Amino acid sequence: MRGLEHRGLERAEGPIVVAPRRERAGYGELVAVYGRDGEPRLGRILDASDRRAAIQLFSGSAGVSLEDARVEYLGRPLTLRVGEGLLGRVFDGLGRPADGYPDIISSEKRDVNGRPLNPAARRYPRDFIQTGISAIDGMNTLIRGQKLPIFSGNGLPHNRLAAQIVRQARIIPKTEDRAASRGAGELAENQGGTEDESFAIVFAGMGIKNDVARFFIDSFERSGVLSRVVAFLSLADAPTIERLVTPKCALTAAEYLAFERGMHVLVVMTDMTNYCEALREVSAALGEVPSRKGYPGYLYSDLAALYERAGRIEGSPGSITQIPILSMPNDDISHPIPDLTGYITEGQIVLDRELFQKGVYPPVAGLPSLSRLMKDGIGPGMTRDDHRDLASQLFAAYARVRSVRNLAAIIGEEELSPLDKRYLRFGERFEAEFLAQGEDENRSIEQTLDLGWQMLAYLPREELVRLSPTMIEEHLPKNPREKEGGHVSFEGLAPVTRQGGATEA
Amino acid sequence: MSGAPQRAATPLVGRITRVAGPVVVAEGLGAAGLYDLVEVGEARLVGEIIRVDSGGATIQVYEENTGMRPGEPVISLGRPLSALLGPGLLGSIYDGIQRPLVELKAVSGAFLEPGVKGERLDPERSWRFEPALRPGDPVGPGSLVGRVRETELVEHRILAPPDAARGHVAFVAEAGEYRISDVVVRIEPDRDAAGGLRTEIALAQEWPLRRPRPVARRLAPDEPLITGLRVIDVLFPLSKGGAAAVPGGFGTGKTMTQHAIAKWCDADIIVYVGCGERGNEMTDVLVEFPKLVDPRSGRSLMERTILIANTSNMPVAAREVSIYTGITLAEYYRDMGYAVAVMADSTSRWAEALRELSGRLEEMPAEEGFPAYLPSRLAEFYERGGRVETLGGGIGSVSIIGAVSPPGGDFSEPVTQHTKRFIRCFWALDRELANARHYPAISWTDSYSEYAEELGSWWDRVDPDWRKVRVRALELLKREQKLQDIVRLIGPDALPDEQRLVLIVAEMLKAGFLQQSSFDEVDKYCAPTKEVLLLRAIMEFHRRALASIKSGTPLPRIVELPLRERLSRLKSEVPNERPEDIRAVEREIGAAFDELDRLYGKEVLR
Repeated sequence: MRGLEHRGLERAEGPIVVAPRRERAGYGELVAVYGRDGEPRLGRILDASDRRAAIQLFSGSAGVSLEDARVEYLGRPLTLRVGEGLLGRVFDGLGRPADGYPDIISSEKRDVNGRPLNPAARRYPRDFIQTGISAIDGMNTLIRGQKLPIFSGNGLPHNRLAAQIVRQARIIPKTEDRAASRGAGELAENQGGTEDESFAIVFAGMGIKNDVARFFIDSFERSGVLSRVVAFLSLADAPTIERLVTPKCALTAAEYLAFERGMHVLVVMTDMTNYCEALREVSAALGEVPSRKGYPGYLYSDLAALYERAGRIEGSPGSITQIPILSMPNDDISHPIPDLTGYITEGQIVLDRELFQKGVYPPVAGLPSLSRLMKDGIGPGMTRDDHRDLASQLFAAYARVRSVRNLAAIIGEEELSPLDKRYLRFGERFEAEFLAQGEDENRSIEQTLDLGWQMLAYLPREELVRLSPTMIEEHLPKNPREKEGGHVSFEGLAPVTRQGGATEA
Repeated sequence: MSGAPQRAATPLVGRITRVAGPVVVAEGLGAAGLYDLVEVGEARLVGEIIRVDSGGATIQVYEENTGMRPGEPVISLGRPLSALLGPGLLGSIYDGIQRPLVELKAVSGAFLEPGVKGERLDPERSWRFEPALRPGDPVGPGSLVGRVRETELVEHRILAPPDAARGHVAFVAEAGEYRISDVVVRIEPDRDAAGGLRTEIALAQEWPLRRPRPVARRLAPDEPLITGLRVIDVLFPLSKGGAAAVPGGFGTGKTMTQHAIAKWCDADIIVYVGCGERGNEMTDVLVEFPKLVDPRSGRSLMERTILIANTSNMPVAAREVSIYTGITLAEYYRDMGYAVAVMADSTSRWAEALRELSGRLEEMPAEEGFPAYLPSRLAEFYERGGRVETLGGGIGSVSIIGAVSPPGGDFSEPVTQHTKRFIRCFWALDRELANARHYPAISWTDSYSEYAEELGSWWDRVDPDWRKVRVRALELLKREQKLQDIVRLIGPDALPDEQRLVLIVAEMLKAGFLQQSSFDEVDKYCAPTKEVLLLRAIMEFHRRALASIKSGTPLPRIVELPLRERLSRLKSEVPNERPEDIRAVEREIGAAFDELDRLYGKEVLR
């Protein structure tokens, strides 16, 4: 790995150093800068001209002097050694072993920057992943090959939720495929099973505390999947700039396992906010023109280069499903980081502080959460015929709950119309029974959907306009759980008296 | 290839002096022109010269250039970056610089390697050519030369290109099988014709991406682009040749709206530009469109569709140019006399690509880091749309529907604001509606269409009631908006019956008219006649209910009419072919209110 070496630097400022260029050094290629201590600091060439090369170091530049520093041009981009041996290992943020064992034995290396996936070579993700969490399965379904981030805030239980998803995620074979896929032995039915060879979990920790990393590793250990986990950890005490490489290493490992080894890989990346901040730091050091809140104008493209490394491709049975976690600064969803992420990912699971304070776990915000791929992975043959319309009706009803709550905050609950009161009741039960569940509670999709119907039974039947009469007939519980509020035939009106001939039959 | 314009005699070779991401500086290209096509580095990556000064030429590289070094060669091809136009475009998927993605997959696998090349149109494939001219016929720019059946759905008209010489046909190929580079017509130029013009016409021709194709004259956009989406066709219609913007925060359904329009609108050709968006969305189109059947022709929708995919992870410079590739292909089919619709998803990503490149060029930024020329570039793009008389005398149109992704969903940002200056139809997507899964989430308060006036006479021929019910519905929705402000403060019970009726009918409009499910077999495409009838029935309900309340009927009697729920479900119960069913419901409304008036109206009379 010895390349051309040169002595001396022209400038060193934060993570950026400028070296006189004497030999062929290509844009984006790797360099090692040796300071007085003789320790190599890896870096990347950002700007190569005839006379000099601007280098971005992945670690701090402390101790680098202009005269003594030696710059080694390695003539290749940063690579990661890949092989089956990745499984069960822990690496640092730059892809070097961090668990005390030697480098993995393999001659295969991959450029961590990856290559853009040809859209014509993608396979459209359609396989429903059952997470056992009603708020996700029922309302924001996760699909194999999807990138579905968790938008969270400081102090919210995003880590617990992500760990629960990892523990419980399972593929429920499509009704018509059940026999076929068993015969072909193609898909792992159970991601959580220990004997199963075809799944893996890649974990990238960027700037997270040691306890958080510990929590995830423990959680993997408890569910007995640790031997199928590859972890890349750039913890809070590691150099900030290292975080820029960590997700790239993780996704390179994921791509290898998924597309060359045919595994189903679940990638958990946390915390993307730390990644973006490292990016801002470098951009500022380079004196680039900032866009919103000082983040560089290319934040979108840069994030896309990570998130788009999810999916399925033709010619490989494997898949990469991404669950990035990001904390929204000040719980602000319009902050550039969640905002740009939402524009790239295929939906988002938003955690809500108010729900959390009410004691609801998981506090998945009903309305702003979304799964874009849900439409193609649910319904007849995949989950259940009524899934799509049921979810749509629940969303519509819960949206109404929100406006009723706003009204109640002004005029008081007492002044609400009986129908509005029923909506309020529905909202409470929906949060307490449907959204909330135990951390170890694993609900099947049937249970989730039936529970959804039970919630709708709190509402008058005429309100369920997004459901067809036959569906209502088939699924709505026959004995409504609530009769309070009398006969109400429509919103916003005084209750219709009995002798008035209310039509609720 | 003889169909291509004459190449520069000797390619110019320069040398790279600096590489900073996709921006490369090279020396020794003094004779090269601005916006000339270059091959950069040893990998011969595609690039374009975007600035020339005494220090050298600045080049924007359209492919990933990691590893590129100062000292590598740059070759200028002495011609601008161009699209190759000819039969075989339909049904293809290209990247931003018209590289065929399906062919590239065969060369470099699932991942795009820099420097891979592919033929933009299959040079070996033969097409059945039927000449439309005879020797001696006059011919000039835009003349119809012959026909090729490109897909079952679309006849490809081979036209003399805009840079063809005026003259007479010296040679025309006989009907038969030809490849795209075969010359099918030779022109004997008139004596007074300018020199340097093209005299040989092949099945395919090159056209520079950044240059609009000329037209004879522009026409008024007075024919609607029917989309089958009620909220658009009836409330905020778009003309063939018009320009619309679809702004919305993430998750509000920009792409879903664009897909729905691409599927069901009555354009002849669809060019779908996925500019800086998700790869899976393009795959979705690729997988779904071939299976969908055009409601008018009964053929697969892919037969009229061209996809340009420069997804968010593909090189940013090619994203900038992908918009021009799309519009150039659209203009080409427009010149054949077709109505073309271009979906650009999303123009904000294109603007961001401009910003990124501008930043690397160290230009002085204007608003939010965007370059000062952002508005003029937007104007140039949207002005390439329009309904025109072509050089050949036919009528064609390019309609542009541009998605805008404002940061934080805030419409006051520069891209949305500048776009609004150059479009006449604004479909604002609303976060609240999207959260309630009310799709399409097109806000009826923030959206507008300036085309409604021009389209009135077209709709008069379909249903003269269009103008009337449209205005009444918009009025009612506006009143509801105002009333909701009051309701939010004091609750609905305090309102008088007439005003509460407005709230009720507005709910019916939302559920029974504005909301439309793209998954519902009946509802996903709504024919124009049905669109108007549905709205008329609901507005008729309102008219009769209001009169009935005034004559004494208590509101609860009206509310409990089963017709109310029925009207909300009509959209998915009555298929397009049976508009008479809606008329029947309208008669039932009449009968029901006659009955109420008979029961309660008397009280007033007494």
